[in-house]
Amino acid sequence: MPSTLRRTALYDRHVDAGAKLVEFAGWEMPVQYEGVRQEHIAVRTDVGVFDVSHMGEIETSGPQSLALLQLLISNDLAKVPIGGAQYGVLCREDGGVLDDLFTYRLDAERWLTVTNAANHAQDLAWWREHAAAFDARVEDRIEDYAMLAVQGPRARELVQAISDAPLPPRMSAATRRLLGAEMLVCGTGYTGEEGVELLLAPGDAPALWNELLRRGATPTGLAARDTLRLEACYHLYGNDLSTERGPIEAGLGWCCVEDTDFVGARAVRRVRAEGPSERLVAFAIDGPGIARRGNPIAGGGIVTSGTLSPTLEVGIGLAYVPAARAAVGTRLEIDVRGKMRPAVVREKPLYRKGS
Amino acid sequence: MMSEAGYPDDLLYHPEHDWARIDAAQPEEATLGITWYAQDALGEVVFFEPPSVGTMLAQGAPYAEVESVKAVSDVLAPLSGEIVAVNEALVDSPQLINEDPYGEGWMVRIALSDPGEREQLLDAGAYSATLNGGPQQLG
Repeated sequence: MPSTLRRTALYDRHVDAGAKLVEFAGWEMPVQYEGVRQEHIAVRTDVGVFDVSHMGEIETSGPQSLALLQLLISNDLAKVPIGGAQYGVLCREDGGVLDDLFTYRLDAERWLTVTNAANHAQDLAWWREHAAAFDARVEDRIEDYAMLAVQGPRARELVQAISDAPLPPRMSAATRRLLGAEMLVCGTGYTGEEGVELLLAPGDAPALWNELLRRGATPTGLAARDTLRLEACYHLYGNDLSTERGPIEAGLGWCCVEDTDFVGARAVRRVRAEGPSERLVAFAIDGPGIARRGNPIAGGGIVTSGTLSPTLEVGIGLAYVPAARAAVGTRLEIDVRGKMRPAVVREKPLYRKGS
Repeated sequence: MMSEAGYPDDLLYHPEHDWARIDAAQPEEATLGITWYAQDALGEVVFFEPPSVGTMLAQGAPYAEVESVKAVSDVLAPLSGEIVAVNEALVDSPQLINEDPYGEGWMVRIALSDPGEREQLLDAGAYSATLNGGPQQLG
């Protein structure tokens, strides 16, 4: 692999754990350790830990930090209390999605936004370009944070045991000491399970990783992260979200508050009122076969994510289809490398915790 | 459960990670499969749809697809010929390709249409030499 790839603070831990490392958005990341199915099931039934330190962080602070974020992000950040978290998208004027991101309110006038690795530099430029008109400070914090996701039915119990205070509930964040190291503990995740995400100084990450593994967490790679998020029907930027389509088409109207007048609000309002021409649906293959990203759908539409679901043991995925064919139960024919595979539009999420 | 790395001396290898076994007793036929390297790069195989008996294979051309959770990969024919048997056990148990790539994980048996093609294949030593130092590509 080219030596220009970036490595996280946990690189040596991954090598020790026998990880297969691959290039991902300019980073050398663990795609799997023992096997994707085993790691997937560990998260569904017990607890897994992911190194997601490639994710970027942008800190926005100052008297007009809220006003700046209201302009950039689709959701209504005024509703987020101190210690709260909120999901939203970043749009262009035409409504095309530039990124999807979580923002944590650290203080009245201090916010931390987590970006997708591949979009971080572009997001940061977008932030700075719009910040010029505001009394707000924008800082790139990507070098200051490692990020671990601890996910699964036993995740909170495991992290609680090494925390100095009760963990924050779902969709909120708080500073805690774990093994004596101060970090931001967030009740968020990307797997459809209970769990936390931990933002901490890179130097503190290896000791925490070791302790989580010692207490039984399974090291889990990006391949299982993808199958887990797809069962839970969480979007992956670059697959299911892009500048080619807007948030309404993607089923993300729930995180768009046009009254905040964010960049793209006018386009989003129009699509919401008129109805989108396409919608992102979840599907399951009826029979054998696995649809993949890019497979066309008979009568129009395209698969944007597809895999074999280790939990459901069938091919599943997300696809944009004409709005008239987006209803749950609609039968689709997907062209999987020349072979037509029947599939059915299913309710989202495809997997629900405890089901 | 994954198998141990290895490249048996009694097989012939195509550089795209496919093997052929030709028994001295039956030199007009060959059994085909994918190498330890190929199954390791793919990860746990979850889907294999065998081609039909009677299908003609051309050396170097794909004749089947093997899928892991993450990726799909073509299986190339190391030799040309007509399929005379397929390993139906792989339909229900595709993980046999990981567990025993040179045994229970065989894919098809063919009647060779050009036995001379075997001269173009690699022996175990030459094939494993092609693997040294190369980065593993995953889809």
